[in-house]
Amino acid sequence: MNFDFSDEQKELQRSARRMLEKQCPMQRVRAVLEGKDNFDRATWSTLAEMGLCGAAIPPAWGGLGAGYLELCVIAEELGRALAPVPFDSTVCLFAEIIGLAGSDQQKSLYLPRVAQGTLIGTVAWAESRAVASDAIHSTVTGGILSGMKCPVMDGGCADLAVVVAHEAQDTAPTLFLVELGSPGVRRHPVETLDPSRKHVLLNFQGVQAERLGPRGGGLEILSRAFDRAAVLVAFQQIGGAERALEMARSYAQQRAAFGRPIGSFQAIKHMLADMLVSLTLARSNACYAAWALESGSADLPVAAATARVSATAAFQHCSTNNIQVHGGIGFTWEFDAHLFYRRSNLLALSLGPQSQWEAKLIDRLRARNVA
Amino acid sequence: MDFDDTPAEAAFRDAARSWIEANAPHELRPWLERSAYTTLSACGATDPVALQKDWQKRKYDAGWACVHWPRRYGGRDASAVERLIWEQEEGVFRKLGTLFIINLGISGPTLMECGTDAQKAALLPACVSGEHVWCQLFSEPSAGSDLAGLRTRAERARDGWIVNGQKIWTSGAHDADWGLLLARTDPTQPKHAGLTMFVLKMSSPGVTVRPIRTIHGTSEFNEVFFTDVYIPDDQRLGAVNNGWRVALTTLMNERLFAGSTIPTGFEELFHFCAAFATQTGLAIDDARVKSRLAQWAARSSGIRYTALRAISQEARGHTPGPEHSISKIVAGSMMQEIAMFALDLQAEAGILADTQQAADAARFQAMLMRSPATRILGGTDEILRNIIAERVLGLPPDIRVDKDVPFNKIPVASR
Repeated sequence: MNFDFSDEQKELQRSARRMLEKQCPMQRVRAVLEGKDNFDRATWSTLAEMGLCGAAIPPAWGGLGAGYLELCVIAEELGRALAPVPFDSTVCLFAEIIGLAGSDQQKSLYLPRVAQGTLIGTVAWAESRAVASDAIHSTVTGGILSGMKCPVMDGGCADLAVVVAHEAQDTAPTLFLVELGSPGVRRHPVETLDPSRKHVLLNFQGVQAERLGPRGGGLEILSRAFDRAAVLVAFQQIGGAERALEMARSYAQQRAAFGRPIGSFQAIKHMLADMLVSLTLARSNACYAAWALESGSADLPVAAATARVSATAAFQHCSTNNIQVHGGIGFTWEFDAHLFYRRSNLLALSLGPQSQWEAKLIDRLRARNVA
Repeated sequence: MDFDDTPAEAAFRDAARSWIEANAPHELRPWLERSAYTTLSACGATDPVALQKDWQKRKYDAGWACVHWPRRYGGRDASAVERLIWEQEEGVFRKLGTLFIINLGISGPTLMECGTDAQKAALLPACVSGEHVWCQLFSEPSAGSDLAGLRTRAERARDGWIVNGQKIWTSGAHDADWGLLLARTDPTQPKHAGLTMFVLKMSSPGVTVRPIRTIHGTSEFNEVFFTDVYIPDDQRLGAVNNGWRVALTTLMNERLFAGSTIPTGFEELFHFCAAFATQTGLAIDDARVKSRLAQWAARSSGIRYTALRAISQEARGHTPGPEHSISKIVAGSMMQEIAMFALDLQAEAGILADTQQAADAARFQAMLMRSPATRILGGTDEILRNIIAERVLGLPPDIRVDKDVPFNKIPVASR
């Protein structure tokens, strides 16, 4: 037993951090936040050049085949940098779904392009107010898709989307691959809590759609893909939470009030200690989930839901308290605290709300106890 | 990263498992499963002290008493991971180790670190075999969180020391043969600088143990009074006036020990909710119940995996840090919240505390009354947060007005 990342994985993490500090400082995040660009192309290209987009994609499909532990440490660094790149949509979700449900032909067509950074993919399941993944009204008849999806992460820049829709009169939805450049696809940008990660509303009218995985198997595949993505997103949340804690700590050490650094007051100390507590629990849960993902453990459903619930709570806790420790300056547009606050609340919902993951966790613990 | 056993670890696990299978008092299992870690008193006619001593002795004879200790002191030279495996396999029988928490978690490690060869040879075997029970004579009426403010005096006399004063909150002093005693030997020094550590035979003339009744109704801890108690100088542990440093070794062990084994009440609550019928169905089917359970599930597994990650840090040669305080902070308040939540599910009947009438044999009523202790013993939640903030996060220390003042010049508030 060994409950730590290897020296090589830690070195990979350090090199990803060095690259992102240089390539993707907060000005780049702000450029996407305040601009029209869908994402930071330079950072995305560098990630691809370093092979990081395909870290967990097998060499047979053009990836490094390093593994998920490697992908987890990369995800943590992207979360720490708040990197405005289509990593969650393309690497954590799209590539995972292709890996889980794609035919060999679909894998050979798409996975090498993900690894090279030349394909941006996304997954479209939510339909506006009906955010539950089983409230699907989009339909495919005779290979032709009609419907609407919103919000879709990176839908504005994605080449391909996995779309959840009902085939003909089926009650159980199926997954379909859709080229977003096809005629009949319209993309409308939507404003979200975190404009550093762009989202759109997708409208499909008579669009060619190719089935992905078994008919009626859409939600099952989606759920398995969400578990895998949840582990990777948990590491992003941990990276963001840790940086928010570091910002708060550094301010508490420097800022003086009543003749002493505010970090010497117990009210501040205890707030920061509690942030570290949340972060530590989340990190420990995420480490176990990372191993479960890498090793193909049967415990992945429980481990992933645990990591998700824990990391969501930790990032929200740290990003919220970071603003509080800073006081007025923390509430300004110019100061970076709101970028973490925004991202924490975006990620808290991006794979389904906390309440849904809480229910999944308890249902799965029950199932495991019965088994 | 690998949460599975290596072949060598699997072999160690097999050896542990088959020894436990052949030697554990399996007839006690139902009673142990119902018992909390800290209260083993309610076992019908059988004397829980004898049961615990018997299990410890059996483990000692077979080399399982304290696997991570060096072989020459009765251990097995086990690695941190092997220690974890042993603890996992010992399972519910670990509750029979309650009596020896101080022996193995505090006194033993402190003796190994700071004792002379003669002290180690004289005291360690009986410490690990459970023949002697140890207690920790640290806290005083005016020195709890501010431990270094203690007032019990040890003064030079003949070839030893004469001790006068009082300790309090001393768990297990009524069963103890030996105590680890921190006393003031030089009141003209600042408070941390004038302390010395001793080992004290509890049967020494002048030692009086008086039980304190807790809010739980039981008496696990005590007041201990010293009236002209003589301690020979060869029972001094470490240099004169170096007691604070010795105590820090001890306290670090206390926090480490508490952190790695701490119960949260989550397993009990989960099973309760899965079986308990409310007016609208099983409690666990209620979305609000699921939400609370899930938050506690995540915290509970977070504690478990934090302890595992600390083991790997230790295996890599890092000293265990104050990060262990984290688990204790989480577990303490969590157990209190869990107890109140379980009682709320029981509605008006939640006030019933009779084991015959209350749901789940009044398990959560007992938990409610027991749970405040976890947040206090071995460092209060507030002190632990200070430690995390100062030692882990590097925040500036609190202003300490008495730090560099000779102890006998510190103003005393009227009581």
